[in-house]
Amino acid sequence: MQLTLWTYEGPPHVGAMRIAASMLGVHYVLHAPQGDTYADLLFTMIERRGQRPPVTYTTFQARDLGGDTAELVKRHVREAVDRFQPDALLVGESCTAELIQDQPGALAQGMDLTMPVVSLELPAYSKKENWGAAETFYQLVRHLLKDQAPANSEHDPKAWQQKGRRPRVNLLGPSLLGFRCRDDVLEVQKLLTMHGIDVGVVAPLGAGVEDLRRIPDADLNVCLYPEVGESTCSWLERNFGMPFSRTVPIGVGATHDFLVEVHEMLGMEPPAPDEGYRRSRLPWYSESVDSTYLTGKRVFIFGDGSHALAAARICSEELGFTVVGLGTYSREMARPVRAAAKALGLEALITDDYLAVEGAMAEAAPELVLGTQMERHSAKRLGIPCAVISTPMHVQDVPARMSPQMGWEGSNVIFDDWVHPLMMGLEEHLIGMFRHDFEFVDGHQSHLGHAGGAGAADLSALSDIPGEGDGALRWTADGEAELKKIPFFVRGKVRRNTEAYARDVGCREISSETLYDAKAHFKA
Amino acid sequence: MAGPTLLKESGPREVFCGLTSIVWLHRRMPDAFFLVVGSRTCAHLIQSAAGVMIFAEPRFGTAILSERDLAGLADAHDELDRVCKELLQRRPEIRTLFLVGSCPSEVIKLDLARAAERLNEELSGRVRVVNYSGSGIETTFTQGEDGALAALVPLLPASDERQLLLVGTLADAVEDRLIHLFEQMGIETIHSLPPRQSTDLPGVGAGTTVLLAQPFLTETARLLSDRGATVLTAPFPLGAEGSRRWMEEAANAFHLPDERVAAVLDPLMKRAQSALARHRAVLEGKRIFLLPESQLELPLARFLQRECGMELVEVGTPYLNREQMAAELALLPDDTPVMEGQHVEQQLDRVRASQPDLVVCGMGLANPLEAEGIATKWSIELVFSPIHGIDQAGDLAELFSRPLLRRQLIRPGLHPSSPDQPVHA
Repeated sequence: MQLTLWTYEGPPHVGAMRIAASMLGVHYVLHAPQGDTYADLLFTMIERRGQRPPVTYTTFQARDLGGDTAELVKRHVREAVDRFQPDALLVGESCTAELIQDQPGALAQGMDLTMPVVSLELPAYSKKENWGAAETFYQLVRHLLKDQAPANSEHDPKAWQQKGRRPRVNLLGPSLLGFRCRDDVLEVQKLLTMHGIDVGVVAPLGAGVEDLRRIPDADLNVCLYPEVGESTCSWLERNFGMPFSRTVPIGVGATHDFLVEVHEMLGMEPPAPDEGYRRSRLPWYSESVDSTYLTGKRVFIFGDGSHALAAARICSEELGFTVVGLGTYSREMARPVRAAAKALGLEALITDDYLAVEGAMAEAAPELVLGTQMERHSAKRLGIPCAVISTPMHVQDVPARMSPQMGWEGSNVIFDDWVHPLMMGLEEHLIGMFRHDFEFVDGHQSHLGHAGGAGAADLSALSDIPGEGDGALRWTADGEAELKKIPFFVRGKVRRNTEAYARDVGCREISSETLYDAKAHFKA
Repeated sequence: MAGPTLLKESGPREVFCGLTSIVWLHRRMPDAFFLVVGSRTCAHLIQSAAGVMIFAEPRFGTAILSERDLAGLADAHDELDRVCKELLQRRPEIRTLFLVGSCPSEVIKLDLARAAERLNEELSGRVRVVNYSGSGIETTFTQGEDGALAALVPLLPASDERQLLLVGTLADAVEDRLIHLFEQMGIETIHSLPPRQSTDLPGVGAGTTVLLAQPFLTETARLLSDRGATVLTAPFPLGAEGSRRWMEEAANAFHLPDERVAAVLDPLMKRAQSALARHRAVLEGKRIFLLPESQLELPLARFLQRECGMELVEVGTPYLNREQMAAELALLPDDTPVMEGQHVEQQLDRVRASQPDLVVCGMGLANPLEAEGIATKWSIELVFSPIHGIDQAGDLAELFSRPLLRRQLIRPGLHPSSPDQPVHA
């Protein structure tokens, strides 16, 4: 039993809903009580979908439990099939139905239905949403394709060259309620087309059952979102010999690596190394003199595995930030995230406790937070600018404009989205600097609302100074004055460091000199 | 027999479970914590219904059952004790801990009453632990509040004091206003359940007159009546007319002189009429279809029909307590279809066939209906907004007129009717 106040991921059957709702002609009969229908609003509200998710809930009640819940399942399966006439049916159960063991999948498979029926077993008490999405996509693809698997899988990704056609790849993994999937797909399609590579099947997002059957017609699979697509890609590799690309093309460097990887697998000449510089504005914007002030900005990163990893690379290699915290709630991705953190001299934070993330964030005293919608709230409380880079998300993370994360345009979007909150940080500092000028009108509002800005600069709560007397540390007037000149978002950290330094060297009074001594000490 | 036509249906539903009521209950009692004993689904449900906007550590949470808890119930009890103690250590300001049963905890028959008893002994008065079920196999949406309040009834001290007891969560400002009006009318002692502090429980006994502020408190009303209280039956305080009759019912029970009551209420009614007029102009003659969710549907339908001039296509309700709803049913036009329960697909077929001007529905259905060209109003907003009382009648009407007005405002611009009409003129 685990005390949970808030959770990054829903239960695994919500992952299954994401697959069903992403596709065309797939219906999901979910053996579940009425309250589980809440999950519809994730799609209709957060994604603003104009269609209900294709899900029939059996909505069994306490009084049904004494009777024949199996018959109830069959009735709902029959009604759903008659009404929606799906091309494929997913049948599964939510946490409560798992306990009553009606085996709805087996029941449906015994009903002589004409369409493929995939029975989903998604253990609700040990697994979570992304796993459920990955498992559902895998089970569906496997069910549809297993009979087509060749005896000896001699798939040659370079065979297109002999067939007199352009190379063709599938994009696997994008789904509803994924971060910016809609726009990523368009951007990656554009990117590949520009290089003479056709996109065959995009799945699950926007795919029908017949599209899934066409997956083996491509030369290569692109695993766009490992959280959802990797198990399917691995199965296709094992059974059809179709290799898949592993680089997630988020950021200029990763997009280049992705293109190189795909070109090499397809037996094509790799693209020019300066393509990113020519096609994306991020490299020049980052090199331009205006960006000098971005150097060494302290960034705290937390999100799903893929987006956290991508963010760490972009921050450290492309924007010149200093990553001061890196973590993920995706336990499946713990290993690569740990490795990436280690390479940055950090210890990765692998947790699904948002309060632990908030604690680590406060401790790291970053100038920018890149996180999920929850980190946005935590950062707001701490008065730190934040950009959202990963699910879980809010309706505002599904913008009307095209705003991919992947490819060259994705890099542009990232530059804007991550740097603009920092500009505001600089502006806050300027407001703090000029607030004593007579031209300055009181009431210049902080962009960070009440929590941020110079007005909220009282960080004495972060001070380690014990109460009056007992030989405690004391800040002199000129020490305090010097401290106030430091931008508010690092002031707490500087105060703590200086006090720690003063204690170390046995200094009781902290003057401006002590502050500079401490600064030199920590920078050394 | 004249009167509304009472119908029933069953099938797949699209409604929240009783856990959802924690979203407003925890705000009403800031010294209480609601601990759901359930699954990740329960946790995800509550945070999704509440939106992701958690600006502080919330006063609700979920003890998520794991495979190990399912394997041995004895262990589950130990684990629950551990989680409760961990929680109370973290939140020492909590005075009442609600253990809330869920679908999984009910199915595995985890005895939360026993757990509460055990914890009460151990905590010896420092924190009071009570339990109720908000499970979706037994409760729908607002019925969760009924469960929570019913769990408090046995804890109310016995008192024969002559008092008016308002039962059901109201917005604080609305409640203050209603109490002020009752005092003006001449009722001296007025208490509320739930109280604003969970430890500040009102007494109950033969002198207690219960006035239900919400229509979904069947079990709470029954238990209060068992404790000697008199439970009044009146229309519910939605709209000017309903609120007036609701207040008059209390006035009658306290034998207040009619003139004094009228002196308080008449000016309010006049003001409400003028506040309503603007919205009535929009709503009059429009057809409304209410899908079942909050049990507020009957009083809302009565208000919209009688005071706003709307035509009722169908009034859904997840559950119909005919006795408690007698006054409401009597005010509905003859032959109004009142549908208890739900078959969501068949109901949506009826929505499409009847093409109403406005549909009241849950958040899962709103955008899909809007995309089909049918205007909607979220039912959950009606539970969160201050809509009770004569003074709020105009605001309540506005919740329904706004979606219709919005369409009038933007549809011509977004759907130009002739090819040469500029879209962004």
